[in-house]
Amino acid sequence: MTIATDDSRTHGYADLPRLMGMMTGDEKHGPAATSTLDVLWVLYDRVLRVTPERTRDPARDRFLLSKGHGPMAYYAVLAAKGFVPVGWLPGFGSYDSPLGHHPDRVLVPGAEIGSGSLGHGLPIAVGTALGLRAQGLHEPAVWVLTGDAELDEGSNHEAIAFAGPAGLERLHTVVVDNSSARHALPGGIAARFEAAGWHAVTVDGRDHEALYAAFTAPHPGRPLVVVARVEPKNA
Amino acid sequence: MDTMRDRFAPVVSRLLDEDPRVAVVLAEIGADGFREAGRRHPDRVINVGIREQLMVGAAAGLALTGLRPVVHTFASFLVERPFEQVKLDLGHQNAGAVLVSAAASFDWPAGGYTHMAPGDVSLLDTLDGWTVHVPGHPDEAETLLRHAVAAGDEKVYVRLSVQANRRGRAVDGERVRTVREGRSGVVVAVGPALDAVLDATEGLDLTVLYATTVRPFDTAGLRRATEAAGTDVVLVEPYLAGTSTRVVSDALTDVPHRVLALGVTRPELRRYGTIEDHVTAHGLDAGSLRARIGGFLGREAAGTART
Repeated sequence: MTIATDDSRTHGYADLPRLMGMMTGDEKHGPAATSTLDVLWVLYDRVLRVTPERTRDPARDRFLLSKGHGPMAYYAVLAAKGFVPVGWLPGFGSYDSPLGHHPDRVLVPGAEIGSGSLGHGLPIAVGTALGLRAQGLHEPAVWVLTGDAELDEGSNHEAIAFAGPAGLERLHTVVVDNSSARHALPGGIAARFEAAGWHAVTVDGRDHEALYAAFTAPHPGRPLVVVARVEPKNA
Repeated sequence: MDTMRDRFAPVVSRLLDEDPRVAVVLAEIGADGFREAGRRHPDRVINVGIREQLMVGAAAGLALTGLRPVVHTFASFLVERPFEQVKLDLGHQNAGAVLVSAAASFDWPAGGYTHMAPGDVSLLDTLDGWTVHVPGHPDEAETLLRHAVAAGDEKVYVRLSVQANRRGRAVDGERVRTVREGRSGVVVAVGPALDAVLDATEGLDLTVLYATTVRPFDTAGLRRATEAAGTDVVLVEPYLAGTSTRVVSDALTDVPHRVLALGVTRPELRRYGTIEDHVTAHGLDAGSLRARIGGFLGREAAGTART
């Protein structure tokens, strides 16, 4: 694969629209791609203790993108932070590109899981948190990002119901809520997690300071869920 | 005689003591056997409750942190119910695990079809890179469990059954064993089917191969056997009939050959009863096997076998 790279400079939040623009998008996935942008940026810029040099470090924080649809924002942030070369972005979705319309952990440096089929990230994150705990690695945090409609999948509820009573306090879920679930009641997401013993915080998913405060909220003995509310998908 | 499953928890409990990479993931079924090991290794004996999707997904997460998960429940709830997790969380993520099933095709006939999984090996056959062990005796199960756990980060399925042969044989986790040599055909008996095959082919001029590792299949061993015994091949498998026809055909693709595939038949019986009832209903008892193998091979097989 011969791809020109542009790694000579660092990128900031203001560069993300340009980086996303380098990817030719699948229209269906377009709006979903941006719903996650601010959450991803705050996590990678201020919260996650992982760098391109540490992608195999057992003590790194893990971020699992469960909602693999619309990964342009994810790839843009990974490129901005130096995990993947910016030069890869224009090839998005092409035969020779490692960057597909759903990410593949085997192909994308820094991607902890491949996703696309909904409802797989949270159960894998539960196992990751268990595996780190079993090896005495109590520092690394495990983060998983899901969509609100993704929570329709029953596999998530197996994981939610287990993680609270199991006291997986290094497990963190961000639910990006763009009101896309077919059948939902207001406040239902946080209530579901709280009923299973999670600490739940609901914030404006576009407000970086509010996101940072929620991501760093103490939650001793419990897993944390942050419900990041963004503009409704079908508004 | 104890069962293969009676060996499972003691063997894996010892492996938990010996190897800090080993972790056990359960969904209630089989949890009692790990009570003591769980006290010694509370973080590596994990019972997620009645949640099979989580069981397999969590196993993948454990593997991604470097552990060697051993996942156990009935075959129907281990392979069939969470099949997408097997395909994606293990296969697509490049994560290894040892899946150990119980109940097999009809170990609990009175339990009905919900607890029968004759299609488990066929389902795994749609995926790449799985090793499949089908022990025919508790001693073999113990050996193959150890092989499976020691197999690095490979994806391995171990199919335990209460059906077993009268005695165990030396198995190496790879090759078929020649149990009997003849000149008029080759019968491949898989796991617990061996005793019935030996009884059925007594006095016939047939080679009997015993397979306890069916994926990858020992095609070289089969080819060697056909050099002396010819390329009429009978498969007798304790799961869905025809599951291994493809691998036999691939092994003999450059020579004329015939294959008779015997195993569990496809239609749902909707019968309870005993294991013996079901063995007979599927035509896998020695008498039925003898008639079907004889019919397929014709008169040549009727000579005397060299044992």
